[in-house]
Amino acid sequence: MVRQFAFATSALAVLAAVPALAQDAIDVKIGVLNDRSGIYSDISGEGSVIAARMAVEDFGAEEKGLNVEILSADHQNKPDVASTVTQQWIDEEGVNAIADVPTSSAALAINEIIRNEDAVFLNSGAATTELTGGACSPHTVHWTYDTYALAHGTGGAMVREGGDSWFFITADYAFGHQLENDTTAVIEEAGGEVVGSVRHPFPGSDFSSFLLQAQASGAKVIGLANAGGDTVNAITQASEFGITQAGQALAGLLMFVNDVHALSLETAQGLVLTESFYWDLNDDTRAWSERYMEEAGDMPSMVQAGVYGSVLHYLKAVEQVGSTNADEVVAAMKEMPTDDPLFGQGEVRADGRKMHDMYLFQVKTPEESEGDWDYYNLLATIPAEEAFRPLDEGGCSLVEEAAAGGAEEPAAEEEAEGEEAN
Amino acid sequence: MTTTDTVSHVPVQPRDKTMGMPRHHMLIFACLFVFMLVAPFLLYPIFLMKVMCFALFAAAFNLLLGFGGLLSFGHAAYFGSASYISAHAAKVWGLTPELAILCGTGTALVLGIVIGSLAIRRQGIYFAMVTLAFAQMVYFFSLQAEFTGGEDGIQAVPRGELFGLLNIQPDRVLYYFVLAITFGGVLAIYRIIHSPFGQVLKAIRENEPRSISLGYHVNRYKLAVFVISATFAGLAGATKALVFQLASLTDVYWTMSGEVVLMTLLGGMGTVFGPLLGAGIIVAMQNYFASFGAWVTVMQGVIFVLGVLLFREGIVGVIAQRIKKPL
Amino acid sequence: MFELLGIPPQALFGQLLLGLINGAFYAMLSLGLAVIFGLLNIINFTHGAQYMMGAFVTWMLLNYFGIEYWYALVLAPLIVGATGIVIERLMISRLYHLDHLYGLLLTFGLALIIQGLFRNEYGISGMSYRPPELLAGGHNLGFMYLPNSRLWVIIASVVVCFGTWFVIEKTKLGAYLRAATENPTLVGAFGINVPRMITLTYGFGVALAAFAGVLAAPIYSVNPNMGESLIIVVFAVVVIGGMGSILGAIITGFGLGLVEGLTRVFYPEGSAVVIFVIMAIVLLIKPAGLFGRAA
Repeated sequence: MVRQFAFATSALAVLAAVPALAQDAIDVKIGVLNDRSGIYSDISGEGSVIAARMAVEDFGAEEKGLNVEILSADHQNKPDVASTVTQQWIDEEGVNAIADVPTSSAALAINEIIRNEDAVFLNSGAATTELTGGACSPHTVHWTYDTYALAHGTGGAMVREGGDSWFFITADYAFGHQLENDTTAVIEEAGGEVVGSVRHPFPGSDFSSFLLQAQASGAKVIGLANAGGDTVNAITQASEFGITQAGQALAGLLMFVNDVHALSLETAQGLVLTESFYWDLNDDTRAWSERYMEEAGDMPSMVQAGVYGSVLHYLKAVEQVGSTNADEVVAAMKEMPTDDPLFGQGEVRADGRKMHDMYLFQVKTPEESEGDWDYYNLLATIPAEEAFRPLDEGGCSLVEEAAAGGAEEPAAEEEAEGEEAN
Repeated sequence: MTTTDTVSHVPVQPRDKTMGMPRHHMLIFACLFVFMLVAPFLLYPIFLMKVMCFALFAAAFNLLLGFGGLLSFGHAAYFGSASYISAHAAKVWGLTPELAILCGTGTALVLGIVIGSLAIRRQGIYFAMVTLAFAQMVYFFSLQAEFTGGEDGIQAVPRGELFGLLNIQPDRVLYYFVLAITFGGVLAIYRIIHSPFGQVLKAIRENEPRSISLGYHVNRYKLAVFVISATFAGLAGATKALVFQLASLTDVYWTMSGEVVLMTLLGGMGTVFGPLLGAGIIVAMQNYFASFGAWVTVMQGVIFVLGVLLFREGIVGVIAQRIKKPL
Repeated sequence: MFELLGIPPQALFGQLLLGLINGAFYAMLSLGLAVIFGLLNIINFTHGAQYMMGAFVTWMLLNYFGIEYWYALVLAPLIVGATGIVIERLMISRLYHLDHLYGLLLTFGLALIIQGLFRNEYGISGMSYRPPELLAGGHNLGFMYLPNSRLWVIIASVVVCFGTWFVIEKTKLGAYLRAATENPTLVGAFGINVPRMITLTYGFGVALAAFAGVLAAPIYSVNPNMGESLIIVVFAVVVIGGMGSILGAIITGFGLGLVEGLTRVFYPEGSAVVIFVIMAIVLLIKPAGLFGRAA
């Protein structure tokens, strides 16, 4: 493999020198790898493939001399399947970029492979901050959201809105613990307190006992540090036991618009959650989402929007570099400011983190809603610098390298620290 | 399993033996070995290594079901826990690969003793349910324990240097290491089946009361075969962790226990080569049909149902009946 | 204030009640398994999938045909029970002369097929079922708010469980059933159509699972995996109770629900494994299970 890799890079080095001479089309293969049958198939799945295709179309790849092909596969949320497919795609199909990949375990597995290959990882679906922290790789860009942003969005903003005492219902595994710890830190920093928490088995079906404990605690906010079916079940049962009607607020720490769609507004109303994208944010997102809906049948989730944004930015970088050399393309992605209709203007940081605003939403009541998919009221916009973990706190080795290499980085770091102190 | 139609009833007393092995078995093993030697130049090595790990897993399982007559529905526990421990040993303790695999295999052995001694108190269907329930406990433990990394699993496991000397990071080098383990494991299982111990096992499977009256400590034999099977399942799991550089919940979940039953059933339980073929087919199916999503589950279900209803002997079992030789 | 082990007694009461409700599901499912096992000698691995089908059929009846919950309570078990009868006739009946383990493998395969098909059609995020008017509200019991839908689960399951127990233990039909369990040939000699009885028994056991599914629909989200996680716990319940008696299955089901409920208060992390731990202890002390006859 080492030799193959060396060969590949040298071949690409030659290629990189060529575009100036010949205007041959550059072949780009993008593999959309996500969950097509399981718990995250609604938020990623075929919708992400459609979003990637729309990015290729909107970029105008053909006119710009890029010959883009999109592959897709199901990783079944299993890290072993994900790593097999990725390795095979790179070795046998010559895939240049892997996009989407929900489920943190699968994303981290791919992150490790990509690190040593000539390919780029455009993650949209996974939540773990490790991708841009201790496990960061020079070939990875993490686009849509992460646990830190979710915790800060929902935790920080709710305390500011007056929800200063919390009770957690946490899925008893690494992801749940991380989400709970991150959020607890934010709540305490903002002056709130955590009055209790309970860990439920994963996956759980009956949450009544835990909800009752949450109710007895008298906390103003019940934070659900779990995901997917667990969250949906917990919310359904909270409404059954009249928890929200009795005055406690529910906060879903990892929820998507599709979950709200599945729950129906009657059950989900009043819920507070954080997302980085909602179809009804502005004219651009509405126009894009209408187009998307025509093909997909549903409104896009933030993950699908993130696939669009990341693929678009990747293609811009490929065009600029004139090749698919992973090192150069990622460098260009970090250098160029990002700009797309869904996330607006932003940047990709040295650690691979894509910076954009996050939004705190509250789910509408059925009376407020004006039709299908009209689900959210915007409570607050969280500026990118506040939403995402400061550059120097993640422990990513790329940050120091970048700081050593360029004079601009330290300034950015100071700025981030300044924000943190506020 | 006291069936009246499994192939193993064909008497295993062939006259043409070479070094204690019937000549046609020897021939098949030799052909397999030669094929596997050149295979990584024809096929994708990681895929082949996955097949080998599962082949060993299925062979270990078959030792228990096909020869011990015990249907365990919780073999993922040994496969998965060994894979976690071996990954942890290689990554955190920094052990060399052979020691890491040894640690994992040892864990499976201990786990096999604990669970086995409880499970053999019940028979038949109860036995299956009890093993399933214990495997579920192991799953919950793996989900919650700190060192397993919960849903993320243990990632980026270093393949390391064999005996501290040979770097097995490159796929093809690792391939031959895995080939050696798998072949060694399968041959060891073969020896056990054809030893006096294996003969007693068959006697117990066929008629337990009679074996007791003959003076055999039936429970000791059952426990022994259970532990041996768990240990080899562990060896397979520990090796898999190094191949994929990853140990994850998939390996301990109960669907994994179901898959190994499927592999054995499809290939032919109670045959020597059936589980190997079954593992190859199922892994290939998962690999090449991955994009069909839930349809893979449906296909596996259909194979299960057809296997039970129409050809209980499995593919190799049917062939063995045709050529009238045990395989 | 007076406290019990650090928990106010009211809260403990509430938790016990919730445990009992969960126990109701265990009881209904293990009862179905026990009935089927009693006559067919098969562990029905499809049971979880059939429970899921019960919930799905309820959901479909409302959303495709506008048929209300109260009708579904009868219709869904009938429909799912009928599919069970087809499965028994076409497949399971071919295995009676073989080792029981083949039945386990066959029903395992069927469970994979059913779950896979539902997963393909409906995805996995689950759907919510709107409870009927009568079940929508709840009562404030002073120590807790008890939703009507949960109260209904207890009432319905107690009625169904003890109804089943009565039919099997106290009626003539039940006597035939029990006799056929002991000696099918002899019962056949008395002119009773034993194969038909077996088929109907399987259908009935499956219908019980589906009934539990109907009760679950308004409470839990209706999704293709809802039975998968439950069935293994129910297996453990069955091992603890032993397969000897119908009453044993019912009592063990409710009892373990209570135990699990208590664990959720005092040591929530252990609530997923407590039943398996109890199973291990029971196996050590009483291998045949609490109510089982020695093998």
